[in-house]
Amino acid sequence: MKEYLFLFRGGEAMDKERSPEKWQANMQKWMQWMGGLQQKGQLVSAQPLSQEGKQVKGIKKTVTDGPFMEGKEMVGGYLMCKAENYATAVELAKGCPILDDDSGVVEVREIQEIIM
Amino acid sequence: MEKFMLLFRGGVNHAHNAKDSQAAIDNMQAWRTWMESMAQKGILVGAEPLKPLGKQVTGKSKKVTDGPFIEAKEMVGGYVTVSAKDINEAVEISKGCPIFDEDGKVEVRPIQSMEM
Amino acid sequence: MVSVLTKIFGIGNLETAEDVVQQAFIDAIRVWRLKGIPNNPSAWLFSVAKNKAIDIIRKNKFSVQYDFSEDSRILLTSEYTLATTMENLWKEELMKDDLLRMMFACCHPEISEENQITLILKTLCGFSTSEIAKSFLTSEETISKRLLRTKDFFRNKKIKLEIPSVEELKSRTHAVLGAIYLLFNEGYNSSQAEHLIRRDLIEEAKLLCKLLTENQYTQLPEVYALMALMCFHTARSDSRLTTDGEIILLPKQDRSKWNKQLIVEGNDYLNKASFGRAVTAYHVEAAIAFEHCKANTFEDTNWELILDYYQWVCVFYPSPITELNKIVAVMQVHGAEAALEEIAKITNKKKLESYYLYFSILGEIHLRINRKPEAKQYFLKALDLTQSKAERKMLMDTILMI
Repeated sequence: MKEYLFLFRGGEAMDKERSPEKWQANMQKWMQWMGGLQQKGQLVSAQPLSQEGKQVKGIKKTVTDGPFMEGKEMVGGYLMCKAENYATAVELAKGCPILDDDSGVVEVREIQEIIM
Repeated sequence: MEKFMLLFRGGVNHAHNAKDSQAAIDNMQAWRTWMESMAQKGILVGAEPLKPLGKQVTGKSKKVTDGPFIEAKEMVGGYVTVSAKDINEAVEISKGCPIFDEDGKVEVRPIQSMEM
Repeated sequence: MVSVLTKIFGIGNLETAEDVVQQAFIDAIRVWRLKGIPNNPSAWLFSVAKNKAIDIIRKNKFSVQYDFSEDSRILLTSEYTLATTMENLWKEELMKDDLLRMMFACCHPEISEENQITLILKTLCGFSTSEIAKSFLTSEETISKRLLRTKDFFRNKKIKLEIPSVEELKSRTHAVLGAIYLLFNEGYNSSQAEHLIRRDLIEEAKLLCKLLTENQYTQLPEVYALMALMCFHTARSDSRLTTDGEIILLPKQDRSKWNKQLIVEGNDYLNKASFGRAVTAYHVEAAIAFEHCKANTFEDTNWELILDYYQWVCVFYPSPITELNKIVAVMQVHGAEAALEEIAKITNKKKLESYYLYFSILGEIHLRINRKPEAKQYFLKALDLTQSKAERKMLMDTILMI
């Protein structure tokens, strides 16, 4: 088993006009999806990130306030899970409710093992 | 105490970018020193470097594409989760990060608490 | 190795630690059988064990069996820090190995014995230049020069810190043992004025020797023999001085103060020293020390056997000190006159005459045959040859009693 980090971008959450009902329904889908991963023992941790944020950049360590990029490019949350390989990790990612909106993206990244 | 995710972007010697192994080892020692100082203060929650490549699942069609998806200097290379009083303190913490010696940047993002 | 691993997995997971070690050994046997024993087997084993530990951590980071949440262990759960943290944890263990390497380098055959010890005291025992100078009864400047010269020698000859090849190892281990032996003697019977017994030196010598017993290539019979010898001697060290630091000679020592534990330990080492055919000076000296430890009273001491042993040492490993010890044994077995005859047989007395012990024995012999004026002269000569306060006090008391 390897570890994978899912980075979530875009998706319905970016829609500022969405109704409380829609929000609730969306939340439920997320909980179901994560609950499923949890039951299979694949979920390690997951958190949404709030939209504000700061960026510290370069040798001068310049601090700028967000947003730093287009809303849909911004990382909105992450999930860490265990999977056999990239293929199965991608399959898990496909279940993510963020993809119910066409602007949603799940970036699947394997944890780098560092060997000395 | 709130939790913050520090996303690392760019950085010429970052775990996956380093070409020669001695530079990589020196670099890892610098990262370790930084993280150890956070661990000693009890503010380190978790951290992982990410492999440079990855996969992306996009939209309703769940189209899978292979990375890299963006320019190397914009790509998330790893993350650290820390506890801090507020975002300003988290920004201060991030300033100790060795990535600035490699001209990278750190995105400091508050983790949204999941209270419902 | 297990101690490092329990640090990693937590005391509660001792079994995991043991499994890792066992697995590493199984791997070693498998690989070494095919490819031969690597140059540095312990480093090889360490790296295998280390990698196995890393695998276990990667697989079990989030399992409830292991608690990695503790501040120092959290670094093991992040790939950013896992490898470097591991590296640092093992360094300490490798240090022991390094100590061994250093010791072998210090005992390079082209470095004089004196310089070997100086270097060992400096690099391995962490002595300051002034402390070393005191141990050798010489100036700091001399010691600094010695160290400088030895360091230049290392640099110029490009000597690497390594445990020598198997062929070279035996002779080199001998040099190392010689250095340890000298270190121990300096601790057991210090030439320093203030303290007759230097426990720090004794402990260093024992530690270094113990390292040799733990390395598969250096655990030679003579290494165990020296270890046994040191145990027997240290077992008796508490009874050698009064609380005021005055010397108590063997006949008057309180044998109930002898450390039984150390005698048992020494006995164990002596048993381990008995494999192979080697009978070295260390073996025999250990056997002699054991004879002393075994005797319940001074009168019970088997001096005949001790004399046999010394005679053997004097033939195969002659040195002024063993010669003098033999004479003491002759005196105990055959009496003072015989001892005097024995001394008369020695052709070259020049070296002996630099030892206070030589004159103090002569004094003792003459005292026993009731030639007091000569005895007094000899004790006075002995007095000139020692700086040690305790020894001077003892000699002075003897002279006053005559």
